[in-house]
Amino acid sequence: MIWLTWRQFRAQAITAAAALAVLAIVLLVTGIGLAHAYNDAGLPGCHGGGCAGAASLFIDEAKANIYHLVFYAGVFLVYAAPALIGVFWGAPLITREIEAGTFRLAWNQSVTRRRWLAVKLGLIGLAAIATSGLLSLMVGWWSSPIYAAAQQAAGSNSLSISRLDPPMFGAQGIVPMGYAAFAFALGVTLGALIRRTVPAMAATLAVFAGVQLAWADVIRQHLIAPVRSLTPLNVSAINELSITSNQTMTVVAAAKVKSTAWVLSNQTLTSAGKPFTGPPTNACISGTTQQCNAWLASKHLQQLVSYQPASRFWEFQWYETAIFLAVGLALAALCSWLIRSKRIA
Amino acid sequence: MTAGSAAPEGRPPGTPPAAAPGELPRRTPPALDARGLGKRYGRRWALADCTLTIPAGHVVGLVGPNGAGKTTLLNLATGMLEPTTGTVEVLGGAPASGADQLAKVGYVAQDTPVYAGLTVAEHLRLGAELNPGWDDELARGRIERLGLDQKLKAAKLSGGQRAQLALTLAIAKRPELLILDEPIARLDPLARREFLQLLMEATAEQELTVLMSSHLIADLERTCDYLIVLVAGRVVLAGQVDDLLASHHLLTGPRRDPATLPADQQVITASHVGRQSSLLVRTDKPVHDPAWTVANVDIEDLVLAYLSRAASA
Repeated sequence: MIWLTWRQFRAQAITAAAALAVLAIVLLVTGIGLAHAYNDAGLPGCHGGGCAGAASLFIDEAKANIYHLVFYAGVFLVYAAPALIGVFWGAPLITREIEAGTFRLAWNQSVTRRRWLAVKLGLIGLAAIATSGLLSLMVGWWSSPIYAAAQQAAGSNSLSISRLDPPMFGAQGIVPMGYAAFAFALGVTLGALIRRTVPAMAATLAVFAGVQLAWADVIRQHLIAPVRSLTPLNVSAINELSITSNQTMTVVAAAKVKSTAWVLSNQTLTSAGKPFTGPPTNACISGTTQQCNAWLASKHLQQLVSYQPASRFWEFQWYETAIFLAVGLALAALCSWLIRSKRIA
Repeated sequence: MTAGSAAPEGRPPGTPPAAAPGELPRRTPPALDARGLGKRYGRRWALADCTLTIPAGHVVGLVGPNGAGKTTLLNLATGMLEPTTGTVEVLGGAPASGADQLAKVGYVAQDTPVYAGLTVAEHLRLGAELNPGWDDELARGRIERLGLDQKLKAAKLSGGQRAQLALTLAIAKRPELLILDEPIARLDPLARREFLQLLMEATAEQELTVLMSSHLIADLERTCDYLIVLVAGRVVLAGQVDDLLASHHLLTGPRRDPATLPADQQVITASHVGRQSSLLVRTDKPVHDPAWTVANVDIEDLVLAYLSRAASA
């Protein structure tokens, strides 16, 4: 069974290995240049306020360079790999046997369907996890100077790249391995349900993308209860003020958290703890900024910031990886049930 | 043995099933033992209320028109389908219930599926890897005798060669029961003869029961010693060919109402031309009535008689 699995998976495995090799060369060549630039900026081992300027400069330089493109290409690829694995490795696994009628050959050897599926899911699933893990490792190595500089530039506020922010979080660390396992099992299961290759591929892509988006936007932030910080509103930090014609007014001040934190919400409350909605006074409608600020200060407003500190990065990584792996395993069990209950023939 | 009449499509089985042929119980379990077996697709019964015992050690022909339920019966026997009603046991075990059961049954499905991207040699490797009882010498010997290039991909094989490869895979796992679904339907006459020859050799060499479906009676005549006729999802005839031939007679004589025949003579078909009647009857006793000219029947007569009877019922 191991031989047959390898023989049928060989072409896809070689394609993936070749793609990884090409990418490794590109990342190595550009990554060495980036690491040198980081060294030349004197940033390794540098702490404190003095580094912020140099770090900002380094990042600005990287942005103006080819590195900008490589960075986002890397992020894109780490996200794309699990989707491609689900679509091209997962979905056709059972459908192509059905379409060619070869499941009648495969399932009438002296190997139960359950074992046939277990070996296929196990071996190709491991290959999927390894591929995504390797890709994440390579891209992670390449972009480590950028994340390090972003940390060092924190406080200068010239930019904020939080490793926890939704677009970046899923492209780092170990979560891509969880995504790969999930996407692969999803593809196989949808294939067993839909039984036709192309529709199964399309469904896999749609469901996987939907889960990714919903997860990053809605679900992830609830994995760990966010930190809530309630402080008196610093009126000099207000960077957003709007007054509408129906006499409501909103103000938002810069959140007093590290720029590497993932800010989930930033609200201004009245001294009684209700959301502040005005009504506005003339001081703010027609007065100067000082007059308006003085009026706001007299209201004793409070600022409620809800956020996930950057220190929780690995905690989030482990939780999320474990959840996606578990869902992948559950799908594998469902798939095993689907083909054992003889729905396929 | 009472032959059930063909039920109209969509109607659940109501009439009593065709009884099992009068075989004595043997120590070895029957090759196939079906009790009230039925499979429904939506409202259509592909196979209805099938009770059938096939003793081991025969080459069994399963005949019936297209859509009679032959493939459904074979898919139920290999565990590729789950029955809607009833049970089926193959060699004493539930179909596809485990590796041991799978090892006992070889199956060449309709259109003889093989992996287009794998070479002949790789198919033999597949057989060796996936079957503990694999007979590599047998497999290689057959492929050599067929003159198949082992390096050739299955996609490049002709229909006949693909069928031979699929048959080789099924035979070399050394099953006790070999199930073949219309294996020769798409072969040209030469390939057909070669295929049947190879099959006959295998049954001679191994202790092997063969269950083979076909809508071509001529192919079965030469190879089968046991016959099952399936019409519209129902078994209308089952038994050893010798017994069936011995118990069926073609009677010709002066015109006569079939209802006046002795009770032991069951009329299968009757035709009356002018003042002459021609009856195909089934009876276990000799026909003594001097008014009749008694002739023997061959398999083709027999099958056609049961098919036309089922069609007119």
